Amino acid sequence: MSGVPMLEIRNLSVKVGDRPILNGLDLAVNAGEVHAIMGPNGAGKSTLAHVLAGKAGYEVTGGEVLFNGEDLLALSPDERAARGVFLAFQYPLEIPGVATMTFLRTALNAQRKKRGEAELTTPEFMKRVRDSAARLGIEQEMLRRPVNVGFSGGEKKRNEVLQMALLEPKLCVLDETDSGLDIDALKIVADGVNRLRSPDRSFVVITHYQRLLDHIVPDVVHVLSKGRIVRTGDASLALELEAKGYAAFQDEAA
Amino acid sequence: MPAVQETVEQVRRIDVDQYKYGFETVIESEKAPKGLSEDTIRFISAKKGEPAWMLEWRLSAYRRWLTMREPTWARVHYPKIDYQDLYYYAAPKRKTAPKSLDEIDPEILKTYEKLGIPLREQEILAGVVREDGSAPSRVAVDAVFDSVSVATTFKEELKKAGVVFMPISEAIREHPDLVKAYLGSVVPVSDNFFATLNSAVFSDGSFVYVPPGVRCPMELSTYFRINEKNTGQFERTLIIADKGSYVSYLEGCTAPMRDENQLHAAVVELVALDDAEIKYSTVQNWYPGDAEGRGGIFNFVTKRGDCRGPRSKISWTQVETGSAITWKYPSCILRGDDSRGEFYSIAISNGRQQVDSGTKMLHLGRNTTSRIISKGIAAGQSNNTYRGLVSAHRRAQGARNFTNCDSLLIGSRCGAHTVPYIESKNASAVFEHEATTSKISEEMLFYCMQRGLSAEEATALVVNGFVRDVLQQLPMEFAVEAQKLISISLEGSVG
Repeated sequence: MSGVPMLEIRNLSVKVGDRPILNGLDLAVNAGEVHAIMGPNGAGKSTLAHVLAGKAGYEVTGGEVLFNGEDLLALSPDERAARGVFLAFQYPLEIPGVATMTFLRTALNAQRKKRGEAELTTPEFMKRVRDSAARLGIEQEMLRRPVNVGFSGGEKKRNEVLQMALLEPKLCVLDETDSGLDIDALKIVADGVNRLRSPDRSFVVITHYQRLLDHIVPDVVHVLSKGRIVRTGDASLALELEAKGYAAFQDEAA
Repeated sequence: MPAVQETVEQVRRIDVDQYKYGFETVIESEKAPKGLSEDTIRFISAKKGEPAWMLEWRLSAYRRWLTMREPTWARVHYPKIDYQDLYYYAAPKRKTAPKSLDEIDPEILKTYEKLGIPLREQEILAGVVREDGSAPSRVAVDAVFDSVSVATTFKEELKKAGVVFMPISEAIREHPDLVKAYLGSVVPVSDNFFATLNSAVFSDGSFVYVPPGVRCPMELSTYFRINEKNTGQFERTLIIADKGSYVSYLEGCTAPMRDENQLHAAVVELVALDDAEIKYSTVQNWYPGDAEGRGGIFNFVTKRGDCRGPRSKISWTQVETGSAITWKYPSCILRGDDSRGEFYSIAISNGRQQVDSGTKMLHLGRNTTSRIISKGIAAGQSNNTYRGLVSAHRRAQGARNFTNCDSLLIGSRCGAHTVPYIESKNASAVFEHEATTSKISEEMLFYCMQRGLSAEEATALVVNGFVRDVLQQLPMEFAVEAQKLISISLEGSVG
């Protein structure tokens, strides 16, 4: 691994209102690595995902986040997206009246424009969407429907992975992508993610459960408790967690 | 826009031929004295070379108007209009007209750029009059919108089909019987304060007559009517679709139009005879005023269609983004049995704009149906009101209406209001009304922004989704322009 991590979080503290959620969190993710972040409800997992993506309503009270050496927290959400930060939402939003295809194209072109790249021609774009969609088992008919409107839980998550595939981000943050998925859907989504693994793309996979990590095998596993990383290990740590439960690790945080 | 530029250049080269094709560049230098009197009306009528009956019609309207009072029921507030302090017939005002684009509000110029309007067109839209008094871009604009070949092939094709499409001032001279029979038959002279004023002083507008059984071979657009520029503030349009005919008419322009005249009071009358269909689409983007709301257009419009014959159909589609004040209720009188009225509307208000708009569906005939889809979007400190009436006459056995009014709020300083009136005097009538009010959620915007859209792009996308049902009613090329316009209208509404 080269010297500078792709994502470096140093001593990050975040409040929502008066409530501290993250308390001096440290995390370094190198290019090409998959890091899993596990932890009980309320540990701050989703907060971490939201703060990385730039959602409003969180107050950073200390620390910093560097993305390829750049101060990520100084950028707006769309600038972060254009730099290659992608968040797969736990609850993808519905946008009535906007066809999924239109949404994909608008997003891709907005990012390309921000990076000073030319917009894709329609045939080029269509080809990319079709290829990615086919691999995820997404029908053309679904692409014509409004974004996530009337989609099943599995369709919504597949749609997130489709966007990820199309936008080709550098850092993918998956916020409980396994929630609400049955085993078959989980497999499709995980396969989709695995296809995107590459030496210059990193993943932060946030999850409650070991089962997602059976499919997306992480390089590093972190246990998050009370807003801090309390244990770091390899994939076997996830199994240990599964066996012992979170309570054992929460004691370590105290 | 190289193609457009090329057209402009081309037409400049054939400048000498312009009169041959009916381009008019003579600048009218006379104007009626300020204020409204019988003399003003005689002056206007004389300038237009109108027959005596037309003058009488105007004068009777004027006398009626003197007895009327300005309505105050709409949710709009504006300083009192001094009707004696207005010009009712005026040539372009050279002294006050900007001499070049340098004198135009840079915000407007930015908008022109975004819409991709060539420079010469920008000048005319901004009302530039050059030092020498000429209106230089006039020919170019006619060329862009009316390029010689388009205008001529277009006229020939219409003639072949027997469709009459001309300025109403010409129709008064050339088709007096038609005008006499239908003018004021849908919006009577005494209808309302602004319509009556219009009847007295109307400047010009379109006249369309489609003969029985004819399907008009093209969309009729004001873009294509020569000399549209000077129809001015009191536009009067009359469209008649004779038995079994069809016509689609497009009015307006997506480019922001500036006008010296702050008060606009137009009247549009549509008549659909047996089995005829009229589709009327409008994009209105008059100057809304500056950030404080100063200087915007007051738009008081009376638009009404009469489904006079059985099985006739009238459909209104409107995209309203401009004007400081919009007071407008395109309506349908469903007189013929089995006739149908439709109203599809997108009304966007931003800044300090005030919109009070909606429709009336008056069910008189049996088994008449109507459909209302209204999408109001309020941003900034604007106020957006939907006001509608659906009524069934005693005779209107089996009348049906479906109404859907959705309002979307952007920010927390704007207002959306829905005022639906429903009156049924026939027990068999079925009227349905649905209404929603929503706010663009932060979550939705964040989702879009996480995918790379800026706050404004995200808002525009969400809004375009919100209005999709209505956009789909617009003719294709108009819909594309309207979509662009919606994005521009909402700029500065977030963040």
